[in-house]
Amino acid sequence: MISLEVNGNKYDVEVNPDVPLLWVIREHLGLTATKYGCGAAQCGACMVHIDGKAEKSCQVLVKDAQGKKITTLEGIPQDHPVIKAWLSGNVPQCGYCQPGQVMTAIALLNEKSRPSDDDIDDSMSGTLCRCGTYHRIRRAIHKASAMMAEGGKHDRTRTEGEKPKKKKTRRKRSKKTKAKGGKQ
Amino acid sequence: MKGIINMTRRDFLKTGALLGGGLVLGFSLTPQESSGEATAQAAATFAPNAFIRIAPDDSVTIIINKAEMGQGVYTALPMLIAEELSIDWKKVLIEAAPVAPEYNHTEWKYIQGTGGSSSIRSSWVQFRKAGASARIMLVAAAAELWHVDPAACRVKRGFVIHDSSHRRLSFGKLADKAALLTPPKDVELKQPEYFTVIGKPMRRVDARDKTTGTAVFGLDIKSPGMLTAVVARPPVFGGRVKSFNPEKARAVEGVKAVVQIDSGIAVVADHFWTAKTARDALEIVWDESGLSLPDTEALRKQYDGLAAAQGAAARRDGDAAQAFAQAARQISAEYEVPYLAHAPMETLNCFVDLHSDRCDIWTGTQFQTVDRDAAARVSGLAHEQVKIHTTYLGGGFGRRANPLSDFVTEAVNVAKAVQQPVKTVWTREDDIKGGYYRPMWRDRISAGLDAEGKLTSWQHTIVGQSIVAGTSFEPMMVKNGIDSTSVEGADDIPYAIANILVSLHTTKIGVPVQWWRSVGHSHTAFVVETFIDEAAHAVGKDPYEFRRGLLAKQPRHKAVLDLVAQKSRWGEQLKAGRKQGMAVHKSFNSYVAQTAEVSVSKEGAVRVHKVVCAVDCGRVVNPDIVKAQMESGIVFGLSAALFGAITFKNGRVEQNNFYDYPILRMKDMPEVEVHIIKSDEPPTGVGEPGVPPIAPAVANAVFAATGARLRQLPMTADAVLKAIKTAQK
Ligand code: FES
Ligand code: FES
Repeated sequence: MISLEVNGNKYDVEVNPDVPLLWVIREHLGLTATKYGCGAAQCGACMVHIDGKAEKSCQVLVKDAQGKKITTLEGIPQDHPVIKAWLSGNVPQCGYCQPGQVMTAIALLNEKSRPSDDDIDDSMSGTLCRCGTYHRIRRAIHKASAMMAEGGKHDRTRTEGEKPKKKKTRRKRSKKTKAKGGKQ
Repeated sequence: MKGIINMTRRDFLKTGALLGGGLVLGFSLTPQESSGEATAQAAATFAPNAFIRIAPDDSVTIIINKAEMGQGVYTALPMLIAEELSIDWKKVLIEAAPVAPEYNHTEWKYIQGTGGSSSIRSSWVQFRKAGASARIMLVAAAAELWHVDPAACRVKRGFVIHDSSHRRLSFGKLADKAALLTPPKDVELKQPEYFTVIGKPMRRVDARDKTTGTAVFGLDIKSPGMLTAVVARPPVFGGRVKSFNPEKARAVEGVKAVVQIDSGIAVVADHFWTAKTARDALEIVWDESGLSLPDTEALRKQYDGLAAAQGAAARRDGDAAQAFAQAARQISAEYEVPYLAHAPMETLNCFVDLHSDRCDIWTGTQFQTVDRDAAARVSGLAHEQVKIHTTYLGGGFGRRANPLSDFVTEAVNVAKAVQQPVKTVWTREDDIKGGYYRPMWRDRISAGLDAEGKLTSWQHTIVGQSIVAGTSFEPMMVKNGIDSTSVEGADDIPYAIANILVSLHTTKIGVPVQWWRSVGHSHTAFVVETFIDEAAHAVGKDPYEFRRGLLAKQPRHKAVLDLVAQKSRWGEQLKAGRKQGMAVHKSFNSYVAQTAEVSVSKEGAVRVHKVVCAVDCGRVVNPDIVKAQMESGIVFGLSAALFGAITFKNGRVEQNNFYDYPILRMKDMPEVEVHIIKSDEPPTGVGEPGVPPIAPAVANAVFAATGARLRQLPMTADAVLKAIKTAQK
């Protein structure tokens, strides 16, 4: 029995201890954001965070991941600045590499909040994109970095308070529309 | 129109076929499959045509008959509908079309499929008409209810509105009434000057799911009781199993079956890793007798011999041989490009749920009809009993449009052998070694120039395999012994030359080949555009001016060339050590010119610093997607130009994985700038046309920087150093 902690949840998995963590995450835990691309430490599609560091999960035996904190893309908040920057930069194409890109980028920004282009080259070059979205990834990382610096100036509740306000009004409007439609 | 189509996970759940355990399994629920409950609801659903369904809850489902593989069809095609039927993007759901005649490609007629950079072009009228007829029927329904003139009504973001009486009804509320009306026979489409959606850089509808990891690719499909298969395929193409010993594989815990199928030995297990480990433990004796085993060195010699003589003529203008003999200046050269693997980021996979009376297939495919028919053949079922559920494709680039349906056929064979739902998964090594490559090509080309430096003769001999020979596409695409995809981009060169001879030797080699992003153009553009550069330098002219002089009758070529020259500041001083090269090429009816700014290290490493791209793809539906596709094509082409090669030794593919079949990485990524020509012409392709010009643009820049001609790809450091040495001699 292997015990894992993934995205804050504890799992006991009946699995051969020598299976790469990637496949346990995908097939036993059903968390399929983490992708297989090469199985040979070449592509980074399988990138997860282990104790906060970006690691290629195809290279980690599941037995060695015990007792560590594992984070997959499913454990990243949907409003994370990196995700927001990715959306505003219209980054994904086929999308298959993007979970690995996002996880690599988050780890980079956690380490260096204002990465230079060279830092981006260093950290991101292990994560391949066959669709060639590198250009947009670079831009999005800079943008996320700026957003995080911006966010850091305010306290958290205030930043969060600003956004829902806008959303609320939008939601209200659509509710109204619905109600109207319902009467007719 | 602002906003993004809100295609959330929950929306998928709503429309997705559920298979036990509440797991999302693809997202195509065809009407035929609907449960009784859904059918009852369908009565109130307004489905004016095969592409639109409007439900009483106001949701608008748009059914897309093209595969979303990164090129943006899930965004751009709904935009065409939205242009005519003003919809509320938040209410839109996207569904992958099942196989049915109404979803056939409008140009390919008999099959449904995605390729040839044709999605927008071939759906341009069809999708707008679909939107327009839905609008007309919704308006008619409302007008009838309100007893008003339909002409006095308009639609806006999901509502039909009658302004003078301040009445409005949502599409969903009108659905049951509209459903009773007969669709209009012919509809008038909006004039382009009134477009409000087309031409806007709408965000991609799939961006969120793809960024948060909820997008479902074929590899992510799960189903209760599903097994996973990994197949041991022969080490040489055409090899057969002579004998095998399954014992060691069977001994691996979790292995359910080891079975021989047409393509090799399938190991079926509870999980992927089990199957892969067991496959590695298989003992197989392969039969390679009677095969002529390809070898890259030998092929080179063979092709070289063929290239020395003229082949079957693909284009003959005037008398090129005579003009060459009389030319004041003669130049000739040989070019070669290698086999290339598509290497989509998501390796091939296919989930098959086979029963005695039906077969459900979930896979990322570009070729639904072809795959369905192949699956029916293998399973012995009728066509209607086979359903293809198209998932997101983790890249296609042509590999997932296999005329023989190789990965689908194999998966059905596995399912047939084990009688259980099973997903066949390819490893990266399986993918790299699996064939269906862009063919290796060898070209011999010569040109004659007169005393003024004008081109008078152009002779181009091409040697290589036909990608459609032996497939059902052969009768359509091979005419008079010429496979049009072998010579495209070479037999239609835009330059004004009086005497042209383009000829082809089609070889038969035991290497499976297939369309690879930009197909024939991926090779012909390299040869033609590098050799034009050679011709310009041979007579001491600037390559830009030289091209321009030959393009007087080709305004669209000239326009992209001029734009790229202007935007890249052609001919101006660059940073020390950097030089520019350029190329222009038309493919899939789009015109693309690129310049590359390059430096070459002492060790021969080519570094591409900046690429400027100008594209004319007719009317633009979504400029941001056009830009993204140019960026993508440039990277794809650069990977091939700088690193890509599949080579053979004794019949065996020498490459394995990304460590010996490298693709561009972030650190190699140049700055890219894309400029779009404004045009009122009908829209043309963008998925592929960004690829062809980049290799020659870089090769020409390397020449400018070093004086060395690179006539063979890829441009490895060794090759570059060798070329520099040759140039210095
Ligand atoms: S799958 Fe792990 S690095 Fe490619
Ligand atoms: S978006 Fe397709 S591989 Fe990166």
